[in-house]
Amino acid sequence: MPIQEKCRILDHQKVGPKHFKLTLASKYISTHAQPGQFVNVKCSDSYDPLLRRPLSLHRIAREHESFELLYEIIGKGTKLLSAYSVGEELDVLGPLGKGFSIDQNKKVAMLVGGGMGIAPLLSIANNLKTKALYVFIGSKTSTAVLCESDFKQITDQVLISTDDGSYGKKGLVSDILLNFIENDLGALEFGQATIYACGPRAMLQAIADISFQKQIDCQVSMEQQMACGIGTCLGCVIKTNAGYQKVCDEGPVFDAREILWKD
Amino acid sequence: MERLAAEIVGIKMKNPVMVASGTFGYGEEAANFIDLDKLGAIITKTITLKPREGNPPPRIVETAAGMLNSIGLQNKGVKDFIEKRLPFLSRFKTPIIANIAGETIEEYVELAKILNQEPLVKGIELNISCPNVKKGGMQFGVDADCAGEVVRSTKKASSLPVIAKLSPNVTDITLIAKAVEAAGADAISLINTLLGMSIDIERAQSRLGTMTGGLSGPAIKPIAVRMVWQVAQVVKIPIIGCGGIMHGEDAIEFFMAGASAVQVGTANFVDTQVPLRLAEEILTYLDQHQIDHYKKLIGKVK
Repeated sequence: MPIQEKCRILDHQKVGPKHFKLTLASKYISTHAQPGQFVNVKCSDSYDPLLRRPLSLHRIAREHESFELLYEIIGKGTKLLSAYSVGEELDVLGPLGKGFSIDQNKKVAMLVGGGMGIAPLLSIANNLKTKALYVFIGSKTSTAVLCESDFKQITDQVLISTDDGSYGKKGLVSDILLNFIENDLGALEFGQATIYACGPRAMLQAIADISFQKQIDCQVSMEQQMACGIGTCLGCVIKTNAGYQKVCDEGPVFDAREILWKD
Repeated sequence: MERLAAEIVGIKMKNPVMVASGTFGYGEEAANFIDLDKLGAIITKTITLKPREGNPPPRIVETAAGMLNSIGLQNKGVKDFIEKRLPFLSRFKTPIIANIAGETIEEYVELAKILNQEPLVKGIELNISCPNVKKGGMQFGVDADCAGEVVRSTKKASSLPVIAKLSPNVTDITLIAKAVEAAGADAISLINTLLGMSIDIERAQSRLGTMTGGLSGPAIKPIAVRMVWQVAQVVKIPIIGCGGIMHGEDAIEFFMAGASAVQVGTANFVDTQVPLRLAEEILTYLDQHQIDHYKKLIGKVK
């Protein structure tokens, strides 16, 4: 069950041109949260912006009774958030939503993050037992590549790509993934693999297509404009084969086969 | 808390703070965060006769001090409400007011008859003001004759008190208010959302799947207070004020304008604690101003 609580800021670091890592204290959230879940954060006491900002859990540190959020300044809310200092408190709702369902019996795990979509994948990497863990980090450009060293502490197999080729391989992360699956992953492994992906919808759609084509299980973390974050407003729906489903509590993680990608 | 005790349309409430339809579901999610027994009343998400899928996304856009929504009355229908939602609500003592909408007057009547059989339902709020559906909804609420007809028919179909929730998207709110009063409405709640629009200038398209949506939040409060005040001058039945209430001070404004109770709406999305905090903040105001009961505030501004 989610709760609403004031969480003290333990750490707040700038990690990219517009990117920040925020560590918040919460025994409850760190104890109950699952990879892929999110929190809804109140970024100011003013009426503008009015709504909370949903941010996915980047790292869940049970032993430290804290959790980390990784975010980019996009608009007013995240701009205000970036001005908070260590020691201040933030009003947080969480943990929210349905996270990734991690199948430890699968031999191969592929984590695919596009842009800020990399944020929720680190906590999966921390939870996975398999050694065959491949991480694909896709960004527009070199300065926006996030979490490379964090993932490299967990696995040697971290593939970086940028749309402009300024760092790592040049190309879309979905193309890099397809290339890897076709050339480096034995076909026998397809049934033994899971793709966990988060990023822009177009990227997730491309990855879902690859997963259908290769018959590899694929879980995607979806985004939608959100108001309450707890399932009451019905604002954040997306179209699925079971009708409209709420990203906030029926997601954000869905099986790629559930989503009606063309709608 | 006796000083906040309220009785609206014959329904006894601990305090005059209700939660507005569509911002609280059927209480299940909110119960994780607050004690539902501390609320004045719960007004349910709009219930329709048949399930409704709702509108295509995006359904939400944040705007300056507010938001636009275009949910489109997504709900699982009255059967699901009775079989699945009411049993949960039966655990609490807080009165339940069922908000209903129909595409035709016959549907309102049918819903009123069905809900009349449910002892847990203490009142009916007529949604004749939803701006986000093609048929029914606001089309009934912007015409005085239609609004009156929906009220008259529902009153006949059920013995429950009927509250008409009015749309602000009209030239003269007092005409509609007088019409529903004459038709037998037991109370009026206002306002529902204001029809609005927001455009993404990079894509040159509306930010909502349905082009337009309903504006709510602090941005609309002055309009809501004005309409409550205008209506209070022309009707005798109680008014339930709603629109942008975030704090106790906001509720006090509505009381002074002539509201006998208030509803918390969009604020529920921002902070789950608002309805409970509101009751406390109203009490603090009474203390500070040495007023023995909140009712003394009602209609203070003539």
